[in-house]
Amino acid sequence: MQLTNRSVHVVNKKMNFWERIYLPAILKGMSITIRHFFMKPATVKYPEQQREFAPVYRGWHVLKRDEQGRENCTACGLCAVACPAEAITMVAEEREKGEEHLYKEEKYAAIYEINMLRCIFCGLCEEACPKEAIFLTDRMVPADYARNGFIFGKDMLVEGVTPDKRVDVTKRQKHVQEPKWAAETAK
Amino acid sequence: MSILLLFVFAVVVEKMILIVVLFTITLGVAAYSTYGERKIAAFMQDRIGPDRAGPWGLLQPIADGVKMFTKEDFMPNQAEKWLYILAPGAFIFVACMTSAVIPWGTQLTLFGGSIDLQVTNINIGILYIMGFVSLGVYGIMIGGWASNNKYSLYGAIRASSQMISYELAMGLALISVVMLSGSLSLRDIAEQQTGFGWNIIYQPLGFIIFFTCALAECNRAPFDMAECETELIGGYHTEYSSMKLGFFLFAEYINMFISCAVISTLYFGGYNFPGLDPAWLGGLMGPIVLFTKIFFFIFVFMWIRWTLPRFRYDQLMHLGWKSLIPLAILNMVLTGGGILLFGH
Repeated sequence: MQLTNRSVHVVNKKMNFWERIYLPAILKGMSITIRHFFMKPATVKYPEQQREFAPVYRGWHVLKRDEQGRENCTACGLCAVACPAEAITMVAEEREKGEEHLYKEEKYAAIYEINMLRCIFCGLCEEACPKEAIFLTDRMVPADYARNGFIFGKDMLVEGVTPDKRVDVTKRQKHVQEPKWAAETAK
Repeated sequence: MSILLLFVFAVVVEKMILIVVLFTITLGVAAYSTYGERKIAAFMQDRIGPDRAGPWGLLQPIADGVKMFTKEDFMPNQAEKWLYILAPGAFIFVACMTSAVIPWGTQLTLFGGSIDLQVTNINIGILYIMGFVSLGVYGIMIGGWASNNKYSLYGAIRASSQMISYELAMGLALISVVMLSGSLSLRDIAEQQTGFGWNIIYQPLGFIIFFTCALAECNRAPFDMAECETELIGGYHTEYSSMKLGFFLFAEYINMFISCAVISTLYFGGYNFPGLDPAWLGGLMGPIVLFTKIFFFIFVFMWIRWTLPRFRYDQLMHLGWKSLIPLAILNMVLTGGGILLFGH
């Protein structure tokens, strides 16, 4: 029984004279390689030149702040629960008086760590988050020599306060911007 | 007496300078062949190739050399110490020797005098080259055996049997050329091919045989049986590291350069090109023409390498013994008949 239509019927026919002296086949092959010689290379010279990412690309996470620069995260732990790779750990703490400009709600994450070696960049943390605090961005996680360097704490994850240090995640906010394909499939 | 001594001294100095220049050029061409190889391979596979060291990666061979020298020089515990050290040296020595008899041009006029652009014009030039090329396999064999590694030994055995099989056909193809020219001296052969009277016109079959055998003698794909990374992890130089490995790899590129020079001289008129007198530019025209031909053939060698997959071992033997040798003999008979009918 045939499972696919891709199977090739093998024919062991005797080679004719031109096939046996190899030369025509060799010349044919050489004409193919010389054509490729003049083709445009497919290389993207990575550090200088970056491949364009799809809008749904899931890379290096960001912990968002609100418009006033307060951290959105309340350390509810839903992302850690949702994470299939168990890459997220956090320690929650209560907001003190006078810290209202730092944290949006009464509870915040004192420590928030993502192990980038365990993370599979599935985006379930982003989906689980009720506060729109964590997003996956189109930034690549840089290489490192040691494993310790891949455990990203809040210093690597929380975005800056000033406008130029904010990380744009509008592409990932589905309710803000409906993706094109969703509109098309709805039709 | 003193005049004679002075003359001898002058000749020795002249030859020494020529040898040093030739040696430098050979090493330079071999070094940049590695760069060219990688670039050509890259272009044929729609890539860019080395482009980090210097503009367009032009300093890559130097970076490679530095890397080779600074790597750990490892020697396996059970290796035959002296032979293990001797092998790469023997290989590269033999590879460098062959350039001595190739006529690079007619004569270079310099400071009123003239210098022969050939280290030595011995009257058995072709025999000399054949002899040294077959010595080349000793480096591979000694290296493969002394490493005390079964993969190295396999590579060495394959290399030697391949050498024996293909040298026969190569020699037979050469005999036809010698029959045409009536001389074993490479200078005579080059001088006879003025204008478009290149040997390729009279010896197309011989050229194909010689070219195929030259590929096999250089251990290049599709005949890289001695290395075959996929089966033998690198073959005879599996156990080598550091500059010893560098010598092996380098010698292969030197061999390729010399092979291309021999092919150009034997079949493509050497330093002759119709309309270009090799004596122009004070004698520099000859070397320019010859080197253009050599670089073209180096390109063809690489072109073939990045086109064809490796032959299976039995196919290699089949091609060598059952196709190339009978064809070479046929070519010899045809050449003999042609000379009998039409004269030289």
